[in-house]
Amino acid sequence: MSFLRIENLSVAIRGGGPLLRRVSLEVAAGEVMALVGESGAGKSMIGKAVLGILPRAAQITEGRIWLDGEDLLALSATARRQRIGAKAALIPQDPLTALNPVRRIAPQITDRLVDILGWDRAKAEARARDLLGEVQIADPDRVMRSYPHELSGGMRQRILIASAFAAEPRLIVADEPTTALDVTVQKQILRLIRDMQARHGTALLFVTHDLGVVSKICQRLTVLYGGLVLEQTDVRAFFKAPGHPYSAALLAATPRHDDPEASLNPVPEAVIAAAQAEVAAFDRSAPHG
Amino acid sequence: MLRQVLLRLVTTLVTLFGVAVIVFVVIRVVPGNPVAMMLPPGAGPEDMARLQALYGLDKSIPKQFVIWLGGVVQGDFGTSITTRQPVAGLVLGRLPATLELSVMALVIAVVWGGIVALVGTRFRGGRAEAAIDVGNGIALSVPDFLWGLVLILLFGVLWPVFHISGRVSPSLDLPFVTNFYLFESVIRLRFDLWWDIVGHMLMPALALAFPLAAIVAQLLKQSLKETMHLDYVTLARTKGYGETRVILREALRNAVLPTLTLVGVQFTFLIGGTVIVERLFSYEGLGNMAIDAVINRDLPLIQGIVILFAVIFTAVNLIVDLLYAVLNPRLRHA
Repeated sequence: MSFLRIENLSVAIRGGGPLLRRVSLEVAAGEVMALVGESGAGKSMIGKAVLGILPRAAQITEGRIWLDGEDLLALSATARRQRIGAKAALIPQDPLTALNPVRRIAPQITDRLVDILGWDRAKAEARARDLLGEVQIADPDRVMRSYPHELSGGMRQRILIASAFAAEPRLIVADEPTTALDVTVQKQILRLIRDMQARHGTALLFVTHDLGVVSKICQRLTVLYGGLVLEQTDVRAFFKAPGHPYSAALLAATPRHDDPEASLNPVPEAVIAAAQAEVAAFDRSAPHG
Repeated sequence: MLRQVLLRLVTTLVTLFGVAVIVFVVIRVVPGNPVAMMLPPGAGPEDMARLQALYGLDKSIPKQFVIWLGGVVQGDFGTSITTRQPVAGLVLGRLPATLELSVMALVIAVVWGGIVALVGTRFRGGRAEAAIDVGNGIALSVPDFLWGLVLILLFGVLWPVFHISGRVSPSLDLPFVTNFYLFESVIRLRFDLWWDIVGHMLMPALALAFPLAAIVAQLLKQSLKETMHLDYVTLARTKGYGETRVILREALRNAVLPTLTLVGVQFTFLIGGTVIVERLFSYEGLGNMAIDAVINRDLPLIQGIVILFAVIFTAVNLIVDLLYAVLNPRLRHA
């Protein structure tokens, strides 16, 4: 059974155009689903809608989000928030801005456990110490007493990963979690996320524009353009034979890590025009109210 | 750390010296002669010269300054021309009244402005925020002394619940040993006196506080709203926290930092505002004394008061810097 199920989800700017166009997807427990597309394709928007952190200007106009068999949008705002806090978590994009600069590390890991799940503080701190060890931080006690500015970017992303896994969530949304990091650190962090995900059996929604990363960590992927799902398939099948011309062009445009000298093939304009036409055709068939 | 403290001390002394030079020269250059105001009509030029010599006003300005500075170094700020008492004693006697009034105004402004900012942020984008913006605009555009008049009209005349003049009712027997009446009434648990003193101070304090409260509210609200878009706030939302909790715990302390510096600067303006507001409410503080000193051309007294104001301003800036370091962990180890 799928842990996360999204059905015909549409998100629009209040009084403006659509950002997501009837997106449907399912992520099973322990499965890693990639959301790929260029910037503005709506891939981050899906994660934000699931976690209830859509920008104020955006709103859900249609569809349902089921988390662990519960219809999130049917719940009251408070209940929804607490359910999400207990069962899902976010690994944010930029570790340098995602930790509160005036708070020490320990409470930033334990706060969800203590405040939302009602854990005892000592137990929550012991859990935080274990998790920091699990994300290979050598000196958990010192780190827990530190302020964010005393730690490196890679270290902070490890902390954020530990914090995301703190409450044993069944779903984690990782929003381009390596984009802001050094290339050398990127690989370690990616491996860490994959290992943690596998060990904890968490469902992972992995937002990225980097198909190279997708091949390393994901089992299935969803290709988006203009908020519309173009293709949803198994990763292996995708790399063998992409099912949509846009996906194929996207794959061809991916810089190759094994051969940096290879020339870049930008997505041809004809393919973009075809994708745009597909979005326009969708809007004609399903006009937004 | 020690070097910073020393550097700070030196710059403070240089600042105070500069203030002293300016005020010393200006009040001697502008028209108006303190001696002429003391003499009865019909006094001749030779009487004038004798009195001027008595107060040392016949010497050149630089020479007078050197004499005055020599006294200051030994703690002697001269003698008031009108009251013939030592300036230091007069000024320090009035200082507690002004300090209590301005600190009370500051506390009111920060608490009120802070609450308004938090409410405005919590209900941002709605009617509540629009109403707050309008209220802030009004509070800010009306100067403190006009607020004083409005308050006198409302709570002194139409609905007389507060005292409109003085610092404490003259009929009361005061057991105080210091001039910090408000503070001492609490220490001595004399709440009857405390109530009377507050009844005198509340209106001038509110008049001073209104514009500052508006500034605090506006700056803090702006700062909070910007902070609410930051990543760590978004992350806290995903943890299951509600809006109020997120504002108070994640955003507030970060948003206070940029506000703090400006509030420090604005607080010095508030202290400057005590001059007129104290006069308006006949409150026996430094500001009221300053106006009398200027009217009577009491040169040593004016100098003493201005120097004391300069010392207060420097102290306020120092306190703001220290607070900033306490609130911002990034500066604590610097």
